[in-house]
Amino acid sequence: MQVKLSNKGATLIVGITGELDHHSSDSVRRKVDAEIMKSHVKNVIFDFSNVNFMDSSGLGVIMGRYKNIRKLGGKMAVVNPVSQVKRVFELSGFMKIIEVYENIESAINTFAM
Amino acid sequence: MQPINEMRLEFLSKSCNESFARIVAAAFAAQLDPTLEELADIKTAVSEAVTNAIIHGYENRIGLIRMDCKLYKDSIAISVSDEGKGIENIEQARQPLYTSRPDMERSGMGFCVMESFMDRVDVESEPGKGTSVTLYKVFKSPSK
Repeated sequence: MQVKLSNKGATLIVGITGELDHHSSDSVRRKVDAEIMKSHVKNVIFDFSNVNFMDSSGLGVIMGRYKNIRKLGGKMAVVNPVSQVKRVFELSGFMKIIEVYENIESAINTFAM
Repeated sequence: MQPINEMRLEFLSKSCNESFARIVAAAFAAQLDPTLEELADIKTAVSEAVTNAIIHGYENRIGLIRMDCKLYKDSIAISVSDEGKGIENIEQARQPLYTSRPDMERSGMGFCVMESFMDRVDVESEPGKGTSVTLYKVFKSPSK
């Protein structure tokens, strides 16, 4: 699994490639938290376009980041999850509280509003 | 009912084996020509069961996890067993959002995911002896 971080203004874009499970989620947590600590990140977008699998451990990490971002007054969005990933999000009720977008641009545009 | 095929896999409770186990289970199930969604269901549920064995059964110590797969005409049964600490209260463990490890940022959705993605989930456990979780899936349009 690979994690690619990029910034667009106050928004951190987390591009994950591979599978998000208990084994891989720890490095996502560490990388994202380190970036939020060191820079002036307000909002976070998780780009799921290249994530082909997520289980409840991956879900735990995404939910944990959501709680942190909310505490700091920011917003979080998820972009382009495949159907398996979407189902895990839906089951948790998480889909009702976070925004899901088809692409990064539409997520960024909403943050700007 | 007699299975038409069986296999057994034993591996160490290392987190890198989570993906190994779910891929093996899906590859074995592929003999019945399931849909991609059914394969994703199996991968997800096996991932949850194996992760539970690693985190909760063995509490991140190294032990052996066994996966027994039985293939029937139109269904599969997958048992994931450990010889770890066992579950004191199975009913509580199966509750959505319950986690015995709130310190670990767990979602508490493991059993809920297994139950939702599979047709039936049986849990047998004895404190101090270990846990066995059996996942059942019926395929909608199997090849034979």
